[in-house]
Amino acid sequence: MRMKNNSRNDADQYREMLRIRLFEERLLEMFPSGQIYGTTHTYIGQEANAVGVLATMQAGDVVVSNHRCHGHFLAYGGSMQALAAELLGRKTGICGGRGGSQHIKWENFFANGVLGGTVPIAVGMAYAENAMKRDALVYTFIGDGTLGEGVVYESLNMASLWKLPIFFIVENNRYAQSTPVELNLAGDMRARFEAFGITATEHEACDVLEIMQLAEGISNSIRTGNGPQALILHTYRFAPHSKGDDTRDPDEIARYRARDPLQKHAARLQQKVKDEIETAVAGEVELAYLRAENDPFPAAESLALPLEESS
Amino acid sequence: MTTVREAMNESLEACLRESSEVYFLGEDILDPYGGAFKLAVGLSTQFPERVVTTPVSEAGIVGVGIGMALRGLRPVVEIMFGDFIALAADQLINHAAKIRWMSGDAARIPLVVRTPMGGGRGYGPTHSQTLEKHFLGAPGLRVVAVSDVDDPGALLHQAVIHDDDPVLLVEHKLLYPGTILPLDEAGEFDIVRQGAGYPTYLLRLRGSPEPKLTMAAYGYMAVLARKAMRDLAYEKEIFTELIVPTQLSPFKLDNLCRRASRTRRVLAIEEGTRTMGWGAEVSARLHEALPSSLWVGRVAALDMPIPASAPIEMEVLPSVARIKNMAQELLV
Repeated sequence: MRMKNNSRNDADQYREMLRIRLFEERLLEMFPSGQIYGTTHTYIGQEANAVGVLATMQAGDVVVSNHRCHGHFLAYGGSMQALAAELLGRKTGICGGRGGSQHIKWENFFANGVLGGTVPIAVGMAYAENAMKRDALVYTFIGDGTLGEGVVYESLNMASLWKLPIFFIVENNRYAQSTPVELNLAGDMRARFEAFGITATEHEACDVLEIMQLAEGISNSIRTGNGPQALILHTYRFAPHSKGDDTRDPDEIARYRARDPLQKHAARLQQKVKDEIETAVAGEVELAYLRAENDPFPAAESLALPLEESS
Repeated sequence: MTTVREAMNESLEACLRESSEVYFLGEDILDPYGGAFKLAVGLSTQFPERVVTTPVSEAGIVGVGIGMALRGLRPVVEIMFGDFIALAADQLINHAAKIRWMSGDAARIPLVVRTPMGGGRGYGPTHSQTLEKHFLGAPGLRVVAVSDVDDPGALLHQAVIHDDDPVLLVEHKLLYPGTILPLDEAGEFDIVRQGAGYPTYLLRLRGSPEPKLTMAAYGYMAVLARKAMRDLAYEKEIFTELIVPTQLSPFKLDNLCRRASRTRRVLAIEEGTRTMGWGAEVSARLHEALPSSLWVGRVAALDMPIPASAPIEMEVLPSVARIKNMAQELLV
């Protein structure tokens, strides 16, 4: 099962967020040197969302993620080294190098880079958990951009109709790739959920403790059989959508960087504790990439057809 | 005399009875309606918890099936008309077909999506198509075609109970009312089953001499092919044989190749449009395997939408007459 220490003290929350931050900062540094093949979508600036929400997870719960999944995966309790190896295309990666940045399956964590399509799958998982009376909760992360996909609304309808144990988390980072939300979203985000009878809470997300508290109330309510609910977190990514593709106003980015969730939470820690965590996490990140870089690539012989042929 | 519809309905019932992990989802499948093609009749009455009527959300319900399968259930999702499978293409191609392989076998998806395809009922351009060719060759997705030969219910049972990978099960709607052709009482045909699970069948007219031509057809086209075989034998003294595969993708042509190496003449018959179709792949693979002295012909739908009006619908879709003509051309 999940290896994560689900402790909720301030130091642990800071460590969890910093692990995501430093892991991805290092990742972005590696792109220009050509060490990374492929792409990435970073979570820098949104760390408090995953850490706060997933602090409420219980054993057996399921997490469904998207293209921007590294932060969710680390907060879920996934191995940083296995994630580094996956991004570097190594045999030791989470999926042996087959999935890469956007396609991760480990334990009860599922990510796919095609937006929207994961949402009915999450509904089906919640259906099964309910049918088998396992009392698990399905956390489903989507973004503002995914609200443009029609299948999301099919899914909200079914989740509510069947009163399933599913927790929708919308991370509104205000941009779908390069397009600001005002150019692709009509109406109201919360009303989208409410139209299907799903209670939705909106929050200007910057403080991991506030997010955790909200998620705690919502997840407890869903666990008692009240059906699906949503938490809309208005957030911001400090880094580009992918690698170098940032066309946003630098002043705007600076404005949001001034309300960095890590800095906000770090202020709660003693300097000594903060320093210790920063040293330890920097070392962990360094080691994760170093080990991954020394791991072998998958052998061509490891490629197998997915299904047997007929005769 | 069991019809294909009865065989499929009984098999669904048997699957639901056999395993409490089996769930059946679809639009309008509850009693007393029992599904648009009546394959679900009686099931919701017997298994009210596990026969689930769904909103009109084809992409959504295939996704729900994938999610259920990932968490240990064995869902069967009915798509009311095969034409609507286009709505679920993302779910089948980008999710169901990929998840096992991407995860290095860490996840399995025992999902069956069943759907009636095909024309001949006057339903017009968007309710008559044969769309499975768009899913053939999608790695990780098994595409299986029901036929009236042997036991179509066993094919469904294999997919639902024994297959841990996603299956798109294609059922031609003209097969439903027809009676099945069991191996031991196939009348004028000798039928040999080759392979287990999703078998391939070899049919010949009983007592006929060595065949001069090998036909290959699946689903309802195998019914037309049998009629053509009979006519060619009785009217022209042209003796043929027929290969009927059930697993269309992934597809290995061993049985057909073995026969083609003897007859050197193959006629591939499909109801999908001709261009970039199943028959094109059959022809290409046969020519790769048997590079010299081989003649392959194709009968397929014309490359146009299927009209609603009966006489012009017949013009677009393959017919016994066209199969007979093409067979004779190959033998000139």
